[in-house]
Amino acid sequence: MKNKKSSGIPLGVPTLTPKDFTSDQDERWCPGCGDYSILAQTRRIMPELGIPRENIVFISGIGCSSRFPYYMNTYGFHTIHGRAPTIASGVKMANPDLSVWVITGDGDALSIGGNHFIHLLRRNFDINVLLFNNRIYGLTKGQYSPTSEQGKDTKSSPFGSLEAPFNPISLALAAGATFAARSLDRDPEHLRSIIKAAFEHKGTSFIEIYQNCNEFNDKTFFLYTEKDTKADNTVFLEHGEPLLFGKEHEKGIRLNGFQPEVTTVTNGTDDLIVHDQYAENTTLANFLARMSDMPEMPHPIGIFRSVQHTCYEDMMTDQIASAKQQRGEGDLEALLNAGNTWVVE
Amino acid sequence: MRKQVEQIQAATVLFAGDSGDGSQTIGTQMTETSAIVGNDVATLPDYPAEIKAPAGSLAGVSGFQLHFSSETIHTPGDTCDVLVAMNPAALKVNLHKLKANGILIVNSDNFARKNLRLAGYTDNPLEDDSLTKYQVFPVELTKLTRKTLESTGLGTKDMDRCKNFFALGMILWLYSRPMDHTIRWIKSRFAAKYPEFIEPNILALRAGNTYCEATEQFATSYEVKPAKFAPGKYRNIAGNTSTVLGLVAAAHQSGLQLVYGSYPITPASDILHGLANYRNFGIVTMQMEDEIAAVGVAIGAAFSGALGVTGSSGPGLALKSEAINLAMITELPLVVCNIQRAGPSTGMPTKTEQADLLQMFYGRNGESPLPILAARRPTDCFETVYEACRIAVKYRTPVIFLSELYIALGAEPWQIPDVADLPKIEPNFQNNVNGFEPYTRDADTLARPWAKPGTPGLEHRIGGLEKSDITGNVSYDAENHEKMVSIRAEKVKRIADEIPPTEIFGAQEGNLLVLGWGGTFGTIRTVVENKLEEGHAIGHAHLRHLNPFPSDLGEILKRFKTVLIPELNSGQLRQLIRNEFLVDAIGLNKVQGQPFQVFELESKIETYI
Repeated sequence: MKNKKSSGIPLGVPTLTPKDFTSDQDERWCPGCGDYSILAQTRRIMPELGIPRENIVFISGIGCSSRFPYYMNTYGFHTIHGRAPTIASGVKMANPDLSVWVITGDGDALSIGGNHFIHLLRRNFDINVLLFNNRIYGLTKGQYSPTSEQGKDTKSSPFGSLEAPFNPISLALAAGATFAARSLDRDPEHLRSIIKAAFEHKGTSFIEIYQNCNEFNDKTFFLYTEKDTKADNTVFLEHGEPLLFGKEHEKGIRLNGFQPEVTTVTNGTDDLIVHDQYAENTTLANFLARMSDMPEMPHPIGIFRSVQHTCYEDMMTDQIASAKQQRGEGDLEALLNAGNTWVVE
Repeated sequence: MRKQVEQIQAATVLFAGDSGDGSQTIGTQMTETSAIVGNDVATLPDYPAEIKAPAGSLAGVSGFQLHFSSETIHTPGDTCDVLVAMNPAALKVNLHKLKANGILIVNSDNFARKNLRLAGYTDNPLEDDSLTKYQVFPVELTKLTRKTLESTGLGTKDMDRCKNFFALGMILWLYSRPMDHTIRWIKSRFAAKYPEFIEPNILALRAGNTYCEATEQFATSYEVKPAKFAPGKYRNIAGNTSTVLGLVAAAHQSGLQLVYGSYPITPASDILHGLANYRNFGIVTMQMEDEIAAVGVAIGAAFSGALGVTGSSGPGLALKSEAINLAMITELPLVVCNIQRAGPSTGMPTKTEQADLLQMFYGRNGESPLPILAARRPTDCFETVYEACRIAVKYRTPVIFLSELYIALGAEPWQIPDVADLPKIEPNFQNNVNGFEPYTRDADTLARPWAKPGTPGLEHRIGGLEKSDITGNVSYDAENHEKMVSIRAEKVKRIADEIPPTEIFGAQEGNLLVLGWGGTFGTIRTVVENKLEEGHAIGHAHLRHLNPFPSDLGEILKRFKTVLIPELNSGQLRQLIRNEFLVDAIGLNKVQGQPFQVFELESKIETYI
């Protein structure tokens, strides 16, 4: 089933442009940072979503990416390290009509805020999470992050990092994400389409964005983003389509037992894995997510999973409505006077 | 034989047993009945952190102390007139509280070798001479209850669960109390889930009552006449319930939705449980993944235009401190309830203490002044937390509400307030677009506008980075930073303009002022009343506002030769008072996880009058 916004955020038809979403503050990222592209694509897609600007809230934690809300001419809250999901949950709960966006990074969401990240996904608030993954700590000038490769040489790991990295999509799926996708800072069109799909998904939408940090971790994703290598190292997920990649879509991915393997498409595509992003069962999504941990396999880009579950805020609203129906609208006088009372003359 | 009924002014009863024995239940029921018949009451539950420590062990003893009187009382009593000990461990732990010639009722069925050994007795105290200074009533509580219930079809284990009501039946007889309130409660309490226990519990209750009437062991019962209360409607209420109702009232009167974020922690969890019942008031309770998330949702809700509240106890507050600071610099209304318990670290979660005051004052990085209010008794939690909400909304600031285990779990009669008399809470949301800047200020209060998302034309960004005056944009400007630090301090200071004059009980000047805060109120007031009766010039002032202090406090302190500050910590208010007013205040400090007793305070005070 295709997911459609059935309720929640009221849509208007304002005629806005990307400029209307640009605040009066100067952007202060390093020249050449991937964040600029993500900001530009977000500003470009916002008018297409058809939400009044005053109903949009961007909420971030701490890190380079988390400066983002200052540059959007919407409501914004630059909070504290790792805690954006909690504050976003409160914003959404107190006013479910708002379109709430969390801007976070690999350190913010997966290290200091790891706990809040998984619980946000589990509760399935209708909130969109954009995780800028650059596999490095930028704002603190170059320490390894929870997505850095094991053995990575950084300022804090001169003999190589000892830690195995998180796979953000796998983690999100394990936490019950109803929408999990991956996109690229250097593929503006795809990024816009994924941001839009995330918005259209009712429930917590998680997007991992491969983002280049040209200061401290330059070219870390170039294999997947640059013209010469992109086609052979990524596979774009399309619902209902076989997994094909390569410049001429000459390669496909099929199952060999429980292992994926690359095959050349000469005798048709019948044995290839066909993507189903709407599958309730997460087996395929998990399997695809783990492919990016296999050096011989291309990295999947696109929507891994998109399923409809009831949102926390809607269930809470329902509880309140049914409590009012059953017990009547709260009467303070009656509440204070409840229980065993006695009168002193 | 007709039994004698003796009139007495007051009594203190302590129910003690294994934590599964139901001492808290029957203690609460005795309290309810005593309050309903018109006594003034004060209670002190004392229970272990373990849900069920090994049966019969000293660690597993749970107690409930109740003081009821025909006069106004302020404390649950230093010592008790009656001790109900369900096993040897309960006897061992609590015997020191029983007055000489006090009544000791023990379940003699539990005084077999194993339980004696678990309690560390080598000889059975019921059989040697160790209890001769008390009136000892060994009662075969277990056997008598089983006999009463033999025709009910309950198994032995289930029968034994009813023996606490047998004991309650005895105590109700001893103090000439009716059983009907308890019977009504049993019917409603067990109706939904355990209807098969309604009849047996009522039978056990009645059997306990009849036992005292019939047996020659008990020759005298007592009667405590109603106390004189101000006219009005009353109910019995515990501090945490009073806090819950105060929060519901503040939300209701302000027209704001209450969003309460919390993570279960002793002794604050009851606030979460209480509020979770009031969905029909539009109240949202969110049990979050941790303490930080709990304050996070409250802050987010406040940004969205709700009444954001979080509640915890000391260790939880330590985790929340960074987020509270965010709410401080973004100047959002937020109420933070700290139901203090004995620290440091995990400390003694089920014991009382007042040792988080300096944590609330200084426990955040940078200069982070916050209003701090403390409740003085169970019923006062309602008014104090309501006032905390009012200040938070009016001044756009987080406010700390302090309670403590002793008053959070203790209960007393509450004169139910009239809703129409509650102070106004006006959110005054910003709607005017013209000239809107997020960090402009109200000329009197210095509060900034509350501009909630969803309001057209007021789109703006806030955050934890230092703000530029007026615009709220990020600023690293040196002069601006100093200015913002002083504005935030001045805003909190100005709350003092609204604090009513400090009430001094007793002498308005003279030798000794006893200055207190929080749950020590009852003990201090009792001692000061006693000393005034003896003709001493002694005064008692009790602070609700700890930051800012009332503006008349400095002048008041100078009117007394000695200022004595009793606290359940090593001298935290004393440090603040000395620092602020250069007064050489004397401390009376106790850090034992237990409240002050009247005699402790009395003997200290005698050296200064």
